Amino acid sequence: MSKDDGVPAAPDVDLWTELRRLTAARIGLERSGASLATAPLLAFQLAHAQARDAVHAELDAPRLAAEFAVHGVPVLTVESAAGDKKTYLMRPDLGRALTGAGAAVLAPHAGAYDVVFVVSDGLSARAVEVHAAPVLTEALALLRAEALRIAPVVIVKHGRVAIGDAVATMLGAQCAVMLIGERPGLSAPDSMGVYLTFGPNAQTSDAERNCISNIRPAGIGYADAAFKLAHLLKAMRKRGVSGIRLKDDSERLRIGGG
Amino acid sequence: MYAATVGARRYVFADLKTLLARATPPRSGDALAGLIADSGEERIAAQFALADLPLTTFLNETVVPYEQDEVTRLIIDSHDARAFAPVAHLTVGGLRDYLLADTADAPVLTALAPGLTPEMAAAVAKISRLQDLMVMAAKCSVVTSFRNTIGLPGRLSVRLQPNHPTDDARGIAASILDGLLLGAGDAVIGINPATDSPERTHALLSMLDGIRARLDIPTQTCVLAHVTTTLDLIGQGSPVDLTFQSIAGTQAANKSFGIDLALLTEAHEATLSLRRGTIGDNVIYFETGQGSALSANAHHGVDQQTLEARAYAVARKFRPLLVNSVVGFIGPEYLYDGKQITRAGLEDHFCGKLLGLPMGVDVCYTNHAEADQDDADALLTLLTAAGVNFVMGVPGADDVMLGYQSTSFHDALAMRDLLHRKPAPEFESWLSRQGLMDKADRIRPGVLPPHFKALLPAGRA
Repeated sequence: MSKDDGVPAAPDVDLWTELRRLTAARIGLERSGASLATAPLLAFQLAHAQARDAVHAELDAPRLAAEFAVHGVPVLTVESAAGDKKTYLMRPDLGRALTGAGAAVLAPHAGAYDVVFVVSDGLSARAVEVHAAPVLTEALALLRAEALRIAPVVIVKHGRVAIGDAVATMLGAQCAVMLIGERPGLSAPDSMGVYLTFGPNAQTSDAERNCISNIRPAGIGYADAAFKLAHLLKAMRKRGVSGIRLKDDSERLRIGGG
Repeated sequence: MYAATVGARRYVFADLKTLLARATPPRSGDALAGLIADSGEERIAAQFALADLPLTTFLNETVVPYEQDEVTRLIIDSHDARAFAPVAHLTVGGLRDYLLADTADAPVLTALAPGLTPEMAAAVAKISRLQDLMVMAAKCSVVTSFRNTIGLPGRLSVRLQPNHPTDDARGIAASILDGLLLGAGDAVIGINPATDSPERTHALLSMLDGIRARLDIPTQTCVLAHVTTTLDLIGQGSPVDLTFQSIAGTQAANKSFGIDLALLTEAHEATLSLRRGTIGDNVIYFETGQGSALSANAHHGVDQQTLEARAYAVARKFRPLLVNSVVGFIGPEYLYDGKQITRAGLEDHFCGKLLGLPMGVDVCYTNHAEADQDDADALLTLLTAAGVNFVMGVPGADDVMLGYQSTSFHDALAMRDLLHRKPAPEFESWLSRQGLMDKADRIRPGVLPPHFKALLPAGRA
């Protein structure tokens, strides 16, 4: 075809094949006029359909609990007040709240802990089903020398980030580390985020959290995520703050400190 | 107390914020906050009462207490009584009629802007249909500049958004190459970084500035880091064209973003001091979106559309180059489906323009919202017809870092062709010089122009 048809000119087809190895972004798409050609149009529609299906999938909590159990810390499973997926999507307030039954599960384990790890499906159950255990395993290894008092790992079905504050308060933990499924993108239906909060409580705002986003093999890998997690946790415990007052300088450390 | 009677039934609204909330067309965020009307009839009754409300009411009754909130103090203390004078005798309904009248042309509306408060603009939006929102916004002209001129009549600019999940420089460059070839980037080339580290932000800023300088592109670049990160980097000599920040309509919501007016003022002055703009000194890029205050539990019982308009009071204090309502990003808890997103996008564009802001809209949706590409196509077309200053350009409409769907380079080209919009004039000339336009002045890239090889990974150049 001639270049007026809008299709990438023949000499450049190889170029775009090569450039697409550098990013999952939809670059160099075939055009007709200014519009997408049929093939990339339908590829997009398929990805959207798959992401929609991922949002509505339910978490396999018993399987996840069995994976965490190998660390020798108790694993507790609770549900947020949302109860089901549709309510979860429409009512973030309920996704941030524990139920009475959930509180009753946590109460016998209340104590004085340095950190609690909370794991929730959020908007992608598959993300935490796949990534939570490996990240937690590597992070715990990096933190071994700290001799932390670690609370039971808490799995929360239909949870929002802030339910970690309620869990930490119930259990008596100084820091909350929430591992949660992020909203699925077309190219990444299984991305996990980690939110770290020092001194979490009912008044905690999002500016008081540090976040590691996009954890998945094609994004931030397990080792990098665990390194950042351990580094941020150590830094916030040392300085007694989290969030925007605690910049993530782990990259500089990594470059400088090898 | 406010009231309206429909047939035999009298509806009473306890205060101004309740009246505004009950008059708001339905959306999930206001339902979540427990603010919406109980019935369709109550909503329209509230709209009747709102239409009859004298505009001066908004100067005497605040929706968020003056003593508690610096955004309210900014709105009240900076109100321009002289600019307000031509409409001071009107009601909300009267203001709507005034804005739709043929006498309300661009100069009249520009002069009026400092006399209107965000709550007045929001009130008019609530009693307007989509068509009204489009017609009124299309008459407003808000032009800003830095290295090019954005918002001129007949123009549609595009933010090139080349995000990458790990901020990989070569992956970002590949997306920038694709976008530039397809005529995107005249609003800004702006990256959302995957992490907010100062080192990473500095590296991205340097990379973007290098590309812009090597290809001599008449545009500006931005890394959308937190304002405190950018402020520190300005002090260390990083090449900052625009300072970015997300803002909201209450002091408490802004606190949840880690900002206040004093910090924004400091950042604005620091960015201005760099004097990097060649033809203008609009140096701020703000993003907003309905629902952010409720999300931060900082809404004071005020509906989300009114609070969004109050964020524009924050924005206009700093003469921004770009203000972008990221309308569908927040999710279905606040805007449930394509219908709610569409209305919110046109409300935000109208209110921002009326208040004198260079409004763009990120026409977008998430995978947990009841929306799809058809909804995005419809809103993008309506906004372009309404004269939106800029929209997003994301490769294939799929943001692989933020995990949501926005508008693509191709979408923007379709709008430019369909509704006869051109890029910013300086950028259009540049595109033409690169050989990216066809004989009919459409953007239709052929083979890669030699200059662009500078964007290729080492070994290909």
